[in-house]
Amino acid sequence: MTRGRLIERIPFPDEVILPLSQHLGAPSKPVVAVGDTVHRGQLIAEACGFVSVPLHASVTGRVTAIEKRFHPSGRPSEAIVIACDPTSPQTLYEEGPLQWENLATPELLATIQDGGFVGLGGAAFPTHVKLAVPEGKRVQFFLVNGCECEPYLTTDHRIMLEYTESIFLGIRIILKMLGAEKTFIGVETNKWDAIASLRDQIPADLPCEVIPLQTKYPQGAEKMLIKAVLHREVPSGRLPIDVQVVVSNVGTIAGIGELFAYGQPLIERVVTVTGPGVHNPSTLLMPVGTPLSQVLDYCGGLTEEIAQVLFGGPMMGSAQYNLQVPIMKGTSGILCLTEHQVLSRREYPCIRCAACLDACPVFLNPSLLGSLARSGRYDEMLGLHILDCMECGSCSYVCPSNIPLVQRFRVAKGLLREQQAREKVAKEREAREQQERAKVGGDVQEKVGSK
Amino acid sequence: MSTEAPHLILSTSPFLKRPVDTPTIMRHVIYSLIPVMLAAMFYFGVSALLIMLVCVAGCGFTEWVFEGRGPLRDSPIKDGSAIVTGILLALTLPPGLPLWMAFLGAVMAIILGKVLFGGLGHNVFNPSLTGRAFLQACFPVALTTWAPYGDLGRFLALRGDNLSLPFLKPQFDAVSTATPLAMMKFESQPTEVTNLLLGSTSGSLGETAALLILLGGGYLTYRKFLNWRIPVGIFATVFLFATLLNLINAEKYPAGPFHLFSGGLVLGAVFMATDPVTSPVTQKGAWVFAAGVGLLVVAIRQFGGLPEGVMYSILLMNAFTPLIDRVTQPRIYGGRKKGES
Ligand code: SF4
Ligand code: SF4
Repeated sequence: MTRGRLIERIPFPDEVILPLSQHLGAPSKPVVAVGDTVHRGQLIAEACGFVSVPLHASVTGRVTAIEKRFHPSGRPSEAIVIACDPTSPQTLYEEGPLQWENLATPELLATIQDGGFVGLGGAAFPTHVKLAVPEGKRVQFFLVNGCECEPYLTTDHRIMLEYTESIFLGIRIILKMLGAEKTFIGVETNKWDAIASLRDQIPADLPCEVIPLQTKYPQGAEKMLIKAVLHREVPSGRLPIDVQVVVSNVGTIAGIGELFAYGQPLIERVVTVTGPGVHNPSTLLMPVGTPLSQVLDYCGGLTEEIAQVLFGGPMMGSAQYNLQVPIMKGTSGILCLTEHQVLSRREYPCIRCAACLDACPVFLNPSLLGSLARSGRYDEMLGLHILDCMECGSCSYVCPSNIPLVQRFRVAKGLLREQQAREKVAKEREAREQQERAKVGGDVQEKVGSK
Repeated sequence: MSTEAPHLILSTSPFLKRPVDTPTIMRHVIYSLIPVMLAAMFYFGVSALLIMLVCVAGCGFTEWVFEGRGPLRDSPIKDGSAIVTGILLALTLPPGLPLWMAFLGAVMAIILGKVLFGGLGHNVFNPSLTGRAFLQACFPVALTTWAPYGDLGRFLALRGDNLSLPFLKPQFDAVSTATPLAMMKFESQPTEVTNLLLGSTSGSLGETAALLILLGGGYLTYRKFLNWRIPVGIFATVFLFATLLNLINAEKYPAGPFHLFSGGLVLGAVFMATDPVTSPVTQKGAWVFAAGVGLLVVAIRQFGGLPEGVMYSILLMNAFTPLIDRVTQPRIYGGRKKGES
């Protein structure tokens, strides 16, 4: 729907809302106060520990509030609100290229963390954490994910076409950091123009190759990508680094390229606004923190038949009910679905048609798992590898009996995780008690024995 | 600014659904059976029509009585599975069967084959074959009395004592002939394979036109509603096993093609063995299941007391489905390979 359209920059909004928690990990800590004047790109909240990133002002203006605001997760959450200064030229706080050739890996990582980078594909995991190679591990390949993480979204496609140079700069820096041999960019074959344009522009001295991949959801999932490109499987319960691979989304790489080229931290991002529920679908560049309503207005507003507005894609996104929520660092798309697309359908019994087995990218048996989940037999699901389910939703999508499979799996996984955590605590306590008992027990036994 | 927020629905992902649902699949199964039904009417006239109507009515009615009136669900007949069961049952019956027996078979197909197990999706045995097995056990003579095939000219002639009243002894002898398999087994008389393919032989309603059944199966495979591994596996096993026997003793054992296209094999392999509910869900399991059915069919035909063994073979393998599923779970992504531990 939006694949042929150039990325447009939307006008600066009147107000941006910057939640302190836009990434996985600890929320950032504000370093500005209400009333302060801030400059676009200026640090306004600092990282809180290693698994955390700082936050930068995405517009020049005045801090009007630091308070709880609606957050896309559904729960109100602490946010810094900045009223945009309409007279400001909105230039960057500290513009200019950063030098990187002479920096060592830890310094480069710190620079990326200071830039506030998180995975732009959707999960919003702090990038520097992902790029930090743990002691004793080695990285052979760096994989760039140029597969749209979900149907409908075209963010990555446009970025590959329009930010090619930044992507290669980003790759160069990351390769150096990781000490990896080579980079592969995996791109789905429905984006031939992107494949061609990337191939044309690969710098001669960069060990980098573009790999065309089958267009198939969920090709953009890390584990699938590693298998498709390198024919390696990440062992169950492990991370890509265990097969000597690090993966990053192409948008994130482009952002890192921009950071080193212009000194621009992560303060804006490209978002696909699409779906039959919005008048003018487009791919837009916008400041992080722009209210959803403002973006929708720019796209001509919602149509009459609108039924659902999602952040993210149709398979793993999350439904929004308040249009004042801000666009976050991890918001890859806004999808507007109409009534007839989301009609709830009647559930039939499982007819064991095996469609879900064929669809599951990690080869689970959703049919069996579904019936176990239905009867609450969560323990048995553990043996059938429920924790390997990546919640991609493919099974629910294909099931002709309209069984909410992944929805049930999420519940099951949540409960199982909780249970495991509880068990761990219980076991530790027991071990402790046993130790104590062993001490006391010794005395008691002596007494009994002497009787 | 957008004024009032529109009425938005909150739910969890995934938000989109493939439009195909279970009733759609059942509907397509019915479509794919239409040529076979027409052929049955062509060869066996009004008798075929009556039997099919009675079976569908019997299954539909029983489903409605047991499932439809329950307070929780609104009319599960709508999923269409009972209609499919009815048609398939009818296709396994001899054209001259008294209608009351057909009706009883249909009722039992649903009760024994489905309701007792807890309804669609929970049954172990294919309902149509369960109904047919029930009839075979109660009325062995009526179930093995085959009318000769005819053509449209004799459309209105009944092929046997269709209208006999319950429990009166029907008249069978007048028009009965032997099926190709019986002729082979008891008189060592083979039938031309072309006749088998086109259906100009005697047999049950749907046993006759192998080509049309394959056509229906092809359509369902194309629409991805049918696991082609099962019929292909069955055909391959039957063919190989039969050819092997044929090489040992050509006098006694007919060649592969005869086995393939005679009796209910094609119908059974394409429409009954592939019943998703009662066949394995794993791909490997499908092959195992198919091989099992194929071996049993030839074994029963050649070494058992009956001329035909498709029904029992499938029912027997149905019983093994849960076991097959259990041992053929696919290796999960990133899981350990077999042998490692
Ligand atoms: S959501 Fe379904 S298809 Fe996806 S990994 Fe989990 S079980 Fe498999
Ligand atoms: S897709 Fe649905 S109906 Fe088919 S086997 Fe899976 S759970 Fe059952």
